[in-house]
Amino acid sequence: MLRIFSLLVFSCMSWFALAENAPATESNTQFETLLAQLPSTKLSKMAPLVDKIAAQPSPQVPELLQHLMEGELYYLKAANELVYAQPNQQQTYDLTSVLKTEALAPVSIYALKKIRTNNRIRGQIRDLLANMYLSNSSPAVRLQAIKQLLDNPSKTGITSITRLIKTEQEKEIRELMSVVLLIEQLEKGQTAEKLAAISQLEGRLEPTVKNALVKELKKLSASQDLSISQDKSELHKALTRAIGQMEQDGDFYQLLDYLFFGLSMGSVLLLAAIGLTITFGVMGVINMAHGEMMMLGAYTTYVIQQTFPNLIEYSLLMAVPAAFLVSGLVGVLIERGVIRFLKGRPLETLLATFGISLILQQLVRTVFSPLNRQVEAPQWMSGSLEINPIFSLTYNRLYIIIFALMVFFSLLMILKKSSLGLHVRAVSQNRDMARALSIKSSWVDAITFGLGSGVAGIAGVALSQLTNVGPNLGQDYIIDSFLVVVFGGVGSLWGTLVAAMTLGTFNKFLEPSMGPVLANIIVLVGLVLFIQKRPKGLFPQKGRSAE
Amino acid sequence: MKNLLHSPGFKKLNSLHFVIAILFITTLYVTVCNLAFAPGSFFYVSNYTVSLLGKYLCYALLALAVDLVWGYCGILSLGHGAFFALGGYAMGMYLMRQIGDRGVYGNPDLPDFMVFLNWTELPWYWAGSDNVLFMVLLVFAGPGLLAYIFGTMAFRSRVSGVYLSIITQAMTYALMLSFFRNEMGFGGNNGLTDFKEIFGFSLQSPDTKLALFVATAVALAFGYAVSHFIVNSKMGRVVTAIRDAEDRVRFVGYKPQHYKVWIFVVSAMLAGLAGALYVPQVGMINPGEFSPLNSIEIVIWVAIGGRGTLYGAIIGAVVVSYAKTRFTAIMPEVWLFGLGGLFVLVTLLLPKGIAGLFASVLNKLDPPTQPANEPQAPSTTATTAAESKS
Amino acid sequence: MKFKKLILASSIVATGLMTNLTYAAENIKVGVLHSLSGTMAISETTLKDTVLMMIADQNAKGGLLGKKLEAVVVDPASNWPLFAEKGRELLAKEKVDVIFGSWTSVSRKSVLPVLEELNGLMFYPVQYEGEESSQNVFYTGAAPNQQAIPAVDYLMNDIGAERWVLLGTDYVYPRTTNKILEAYLLSKGVEAKDIMINYTPFGHSDWQNIVADVKTFGSTGKKTAVVSTINGDANIPFYKELGNQGISAEDIPVMAFSVGEEELSGFDTTPLVGHLAAWNYFQSVRTEENDKFIKSWKKFIGDDERVTNDPMEATYIGFKMWVKAVEKAGTTDVDAVEQAMIGIAVPNLTGGIAVMNANHHLSKPVLIGEIQANGQFEVVWSTPDTVIGDAWSDFLPVSKDLISDWTAPVSCGNFNIKTAKCSGE
Repeated sequence: MLRIFSLLVFSCMSWFALAENAPATESNTQFETLLAQLPSTKLSKMAPLVDKIAAQPSPQVPELLQHLMEGELYYLKAANELVYAQPNQQQTYDLTSVLKTEALAPVSIYALKKIRTNNRIRGQIRDLLANMYLSNSSPAVRLQAIKQLLDNPSKTGITSITRLIKTEQEKEIRELMSVVLLIEQLEKGQTAEKLAAISQLEGRLEPTVKNALVKELKKLSASQDLSISQDKSELHKALTRAIGQMEQDGDFYQLLDYLFFGLSMGSVLLLAAIGLTITFGVMGVINMAHGEMMMLGAYTTYVIQQTFPNLIEYSLLMAVPAAFLVSGLVGVLIERGVIRFLKGRPLETLLATFGISLILQQLVRTVFSPLNRQVEAPQWMSGSLEINPIFSLTYNRLYIIIFALMVFFSLLMILKKSSLGLHVRAVSQNRDMARALSIKSSWVDAITFGLGSGVAGIAGVALSQLTNVGPNLGQDYIIDSFLVVVFGGVGSLWGTLVAAMTLGTFNKFLEPSMGPVLANIIVLVGLVLFIQKRPKGLFPQKGRSAE
Repeated sequence: MKNLLHSPGFKKLNSLHFVIAILFITTLYVTVCNLAFAPGSFFYVSNYTVSLLGKYLCYALLALAVDLVWGYCGILSLGHGAFFALGGYAMGMYLMRQIGDRGVYGNPDLPDFMVFLNWTELPWYWAGSDNVLFMVLLVFAGPGLLAYIFGTMAFRSRVSGVYLSIITQAMTYALMLSFFRNEMGFGGNNGLTDFKEIFGFSLQSPDTKLALFVATAVALAFGYAVSHFIVNSKMGRVVTAIRDAEDRVRFVGYKPQHYKVWIFVVSAMLAGLAGALYVPQVGMINPGEFSPLNSIEIVIWVAIGGRGTLYGAIIGAVVVSYAKTRFTAIMPEVWLFGLGGLFVLVTLLLPKGIAGLFASVLNKLDPPTQPANEPQAPSTTATTAAESKS
Repeated sequence: MKFKKLILASSIVATGLMTNLTYAAENIKVGVLHSLSGTMAISETTLKDTVLMMIADQNAKGGLLGKKLEAVVVDPASNWPLFAEKGRELLAKEKVDVIFGSWTSVSRKSVLPVLEELNGLMFYPVQYEGEESSQNVFYTGAAPNQQAIPAVDYLMNDIGAERWVLLGTDYVYPRTTNKILEAYLLSKGVEAKDIMINYTPFGHSDWQNIVADVKTFGSTGKKTAVVSTINGDANIPFYKELGNQGISAEDIPVMAFSVGEEELSGFDTTPLVGHLAAWNYFQSVRTEENDKFIKSWKKFIGDDERVTNDPMEATYIGFKMWVKAVEKAGTTDVDAVEQAMIGIAVPNLTGGIAVMNANHHLSKPVLIGEIQANGQFEVVWSTPDTVIGDAWSDFLPVSKDLISDWTAPVSCGNFNIKTAKCSGE
């Protein structure tokens, strides 16, 4: 019975099937009495009550606790009973009675009183539920449960694990269960058992294991009779070795962590700068409105999500082409409307595009309000890929690294392999000669600027997953973008890639010891010095086109 | 290379005399009307206007400094705000020490923010900050030294064009982040505030404000004269030649980097002076002044006013600042449309800036005897020259 | 050429005309000094609208002293020196009777000398670091003892936190608050190695390292809590990173002092449920006044999705108090209103009564709320009574002897009770 219930709760099935009316036994009346206390119990007195409820044999317990934890358990004042309530489209709440079967009409929030919990009680319920779910039929649920218990081994029913481990089929779960038991053995066992536990725990990475080992070592050091007993010194040695091993592993994975952080920061810089490589690097336009092109991309994502609220999972995929089009079109407009009149005066484009950036910022402020807009993260962008207990990669960063590289290589292909790219390069290298060869240079300019702006728009889609979508989004990235392009060498796509990744990684490796501000300053100073050594950046343009 | 600079001498002297005369008349008018007429009178110039004008003139001096390096030497500095802010901090430190024991914690030796951070003594770099002469020295030496070091490194290794612009931006950005740090000992994000008096005069008194305004006008006239003489000296001609064709100048036997460093240092000192005068008038200095966007705005003043004319920089700074003051009050919700639009329109319609408009109006009224009087849109020549170098 | 000149001339004329139109006789002028552009616009625009709503409301009730209220809105554009300039413009040129404005401490510090010079009156509606009391300013936001200390008490007693991470943006408010908290925690027997302090720059958006550090710091088996004084825009990336690295509120709760309903309204809060914030007001608190306030706000702004927050309540209380004080004094004269303000009581939106004390700070209740999936907070704890705002913290050695009292005979913002001297002036 319990298994079925838990499964249903976990897989978020409809609640209606669950309200099965159990026969009114004595335990059931006791359950009901406890429930009746819920609405009037103060938060500070809640913990013992929850423990009592959890100890009830009633099959409704897991479901009840689950709802309580999720804040969906309410007290219906008029009917004097507990209900599960969920908000519906009509601003009212759909109700399901906890104990009775008959259907209830939706009510407004004012008819309900929420059974409140806080962090501590939710943590308590989570542990209680985890103990219950250890025997769940779904391996995923069991795995989740044992992981939860491993974080908090003191709350674990050791006897039930000892019993369950024998029948557990899944290797991973069995292993984690045995870790729980080994920690128990380490804490409570005789010296020989402790030694055995340590040898088995060696090589594990879970922080809980380390904490247990450290605690044991402290206990041992506190007892102060190290020299007297042979096995105690042996125990001491074993503990120190195991902890040392764990710390070594920890350091190694920490380095990997930093590398990942660095690459992910680098790919954000890459995304931000790559559009600029085209407008600034190839065309020579000091495009101060570049950041606003990213901002437009991010707002496009927002608009897409507002337009298709049911397709959040796909909204980012839709937003990529949409943002490219929106920012690209605005880019073409800017080129046609302003920049083409500034031919041969590239430094003045700074002035005009700065004006445009102010206008665009104010435009979104007027249209969308100065407040940040809510861009939701699809399910597949949330959470992290757990490689081991102390090393995991967050999905959003992971996807953005991949995405940045994809954008980079597609752009590279466009510029190097397509005829458009050929024209773009031709015009940027020698405008007159290109025109003489019947390339429409003005058309190419517009398309190039549109391409650069469109790529900035795509970057905005990615940024919408990392930071605020507001009128200032662009400003936060514009300086970094210029630095990356200049560091890499103006006009060099590869230079931008290398520069972005180098800056990101440096920053992230410096940050732990220096703090984020000092790390940033050092990177900036290093960059200034680097430019003295190589005045044209990492990959200087060669030949006549070079500035 | 025919442009305004190469026009006959009397015309240029005219511009210096003209600017100084206007400054003198304005100052005199403001002073007399502020002091002699009662509030409410048609001629009365309010204290508010005086303090506003003082601020504009500081900006004008700063813009002048930028025009000197950008307009005449082709160095587009996107970090001049740093020199301005350093001059401001030098003055701010002095003003901070003048507070004495009138700070909120009543500590006679330490500024409030140091008391608050549990510092027990002044850091070494604050030594001497209560001395007027030392402060004056620091106002020029601080920005000058930074410009010298930065300029020597950059110009020796021939960093030029946008690379130079971007690393000047990196410089001011790094300084901004540094000054934001509370550990730096400059008050962190809040900067230096709560000043009480300058040279013993209360900063709150209208007379002090008027005096500061007059001082700023004098400083601007001085800065203009210095810049004017530099650009019209033989050296100024070399500098202009560097702007237009650095390689040719080098081949002729000059060392362009020396000239560039020199003019960069002078410009930085002028910016520092502007900052030092700015701080007592606005009553605070904080790391926001180092913000790269501020430096970009300075460049925009110069571009709007008309680059490479000196007086254009002054016009640009005053016009844009006035527009900002008015716009933020008249249409606080949408003023950025106005300012942004102004930037775009001026770039498109007035490629030589407002100064260029004046010049063409003047030319219509009084056709030049020599075609050389026609300004040659120095920006065009400079940038194409700069772009074509390899 | 003529065409250009025409444009130029006509724009100058138009500018001139518009200046003159702003003058209207016999109105009481209320200056609004909040940034409408730049980095702070995101927070401050709301307060500008709140003041406008309050003014419209008051005018609908027949104005004040038989006159209409008129708002004078300017935009200091998140530029700190511009706050001083615009403040001067409001006081000297527009001759406003009162100013509602400022958000950041540095902007308040910028405008402060102008207020004192021209004897203006300003209401400052944001929680701040304390260590200040000016005769010309009324502080209607929380002082550290009205936010930070109760919040830490809650974490310690109700959540059982033993290890502490104090995260903040590097400026004066977090620095002060963390200093006060550190002293407080040490006095409560927390060991120094169980406190981690970290500062980040404004707008910090890459939180990977720091969140990973917090995770490591919190994995030693002792209950760990984060006290966050992270400012403004940096919060959302921080919370996103928390969610993605899998730190839930049950593992390591984050108690924030600068995150309110408005900050969360741009964000999907499902992964944040259970994280905490300490304020004097939450939109979710159901009282008659609050319901009315929320309703009129939504109507005024024309958007049912808009939320209310603590600085709005502080603005609301400040405005109501000013109106009462003006009625009591019978004039808008700054000195008279300043004295009339002290002792004025206005009902809080969350129940109870806010009283303006002699130190120009309010007595208000402190609430602690947990973030809900709908972006609102649910109150899990509140002080039984109102707490008197303390201008000078008792936990800092430099200011523990200082008090502020603007009534006779002390009449001083930083009075040293040891030396019995007003140490500032």
